[in-house]
Amino acid sequence: MIELIVPAIISCILAFFVVYFTTPSLIKILVKKNYTVKDMNKKDNAMVARPGGISIILGIFASEIILYGFFQLNEILAVIITTTAAFLIGYVDDRKVMGGWFKPVTLAIAALPIIFLGAYDSDLAFPLFGDVQIPILYLGLIIFMIPITGNTINSIDVLNGVASGFMVIASFTLSICLFILQNYEIAIVSLPLGFVSLAFYKYHKIPSKIFPGDSGALTFGAMYGVIAIIGGVEIIAAIALLPAVINSFLFLSSVKRVVEHRQIKNPTTLTSDFKLKTTDDRTAPITLVRLILAGGPLTEKQIGFAIFKLAIFSGILAIITAFMMGVSL
Amino acid sequence: MKSGLYGFLFAMWGLIIIGGGIMVVLLGPFTIQQFGDFHWILASGIKVTIALVLVVLWILILSKLKNWIFKKELKF
Repeated sequence: MIELIVPAIISCILAFFVVYFTTPSLIKILVKKNYTVKDMNKKDNAMVARPGGISIILGIFASEIILYGFFQLNEILAVIITTTAAFLIGYVDDRKVMGGWFKPVTLAIAALPIIFLGAYDSDLAFPLFGDVQIPILYLGLIIFMIPITGNTINSIDVLNGVASGFMVIASFTLSICLFILQNYEIAIVSLPLGFVSLAFYKYHKIPSKIFPGDSGALTFGAMYGVIAIIGGVEIIAAIALLPAVINSFLFLSSVKRVVEHRQIKNPTTLTSDFKLKTTDDRTAPITLVRLILAGGPLTEKQIGFAIFKLAIFSGILAIITAFMMGVSL
Repeated sequence: MKSGLYGFLFAMWGLIIIGGGIMVVLLGPFTIQQFGDFHWILASGIKVTIALVLVVLWILILSKLKNWIFKKELKF
């Protein structure tokens, strides 16, 4: 256990400070190259730099390479390859508008290194009831999981700071659960995701100086999915992600097809005092934000905190589930 | 509204725990011995089918639950 502490500290410091120090330079470069988008919920039509995925992947890459130097685990290689592939997929989508099929299909391909490197255990662990062996089914689960986690985080990236703040809560919850389950090596591999998210949140929080873009959101989601698989904590990871899962579930059950977010009507509008309120358009999709706004108009900051509270609640449920893993009926 | 969302989260959590239990009880001990070398392929196929049925069932229950919890809010 002691020999794990030094690599853990080095990788966490590196993850945090690489993002902390590279993001301001990235913002300057993006603004200079006119890679900016309008922040739709601000009164002064502020332009915000995008994509921030570049500094996010730098932080993850640097910290995971250091960890690989210490541990030489195939699981770390799987994290690096799949997460980098997800970043590239997102970056292509940031630069060029792709069809609705592009991200799910290419993210499924990005999941293949996990299988080829054998960085998984085909037993699916459930709380109270134990494990179930599903060797063939599990391969399908791997291929589906990365597109699901990637797109789930991407779909919650709707307001300033929400995606990165949500990832801080979800990823640290996952790390705590891995420590509870005494899966120390993978817990340490997972820690950089929380620190990268935390450093990026500093620039992404309201008022945003940079947006993660598809490249950032898919990088966050894909790495989260890989950790869930290599750590054997798929169910716990799904529970920690429940608010984002609800968002995707509500969206899909109202739209009834897989579609790019930019192709659908905005479910919210602005009031004269620049609060968000739910739209009167009945054909607009139902989302988590729209449900939160059902009680009346709120500021962007208030909605963000409402989502964070839901994330903390599901994080607590995930930690309870981790303790339940040790109990057998 | 917020209590409804927390209730929905809690219900989803409960459904995951119960669904997981059903999966372990149904799929865990499931084996086929009568078909020689193909027994594991058959067993896997049947396991996949049961798992998919469970997932569809889970989504249907969740949809009903969503409509019940958010019946007022969903009338936009």
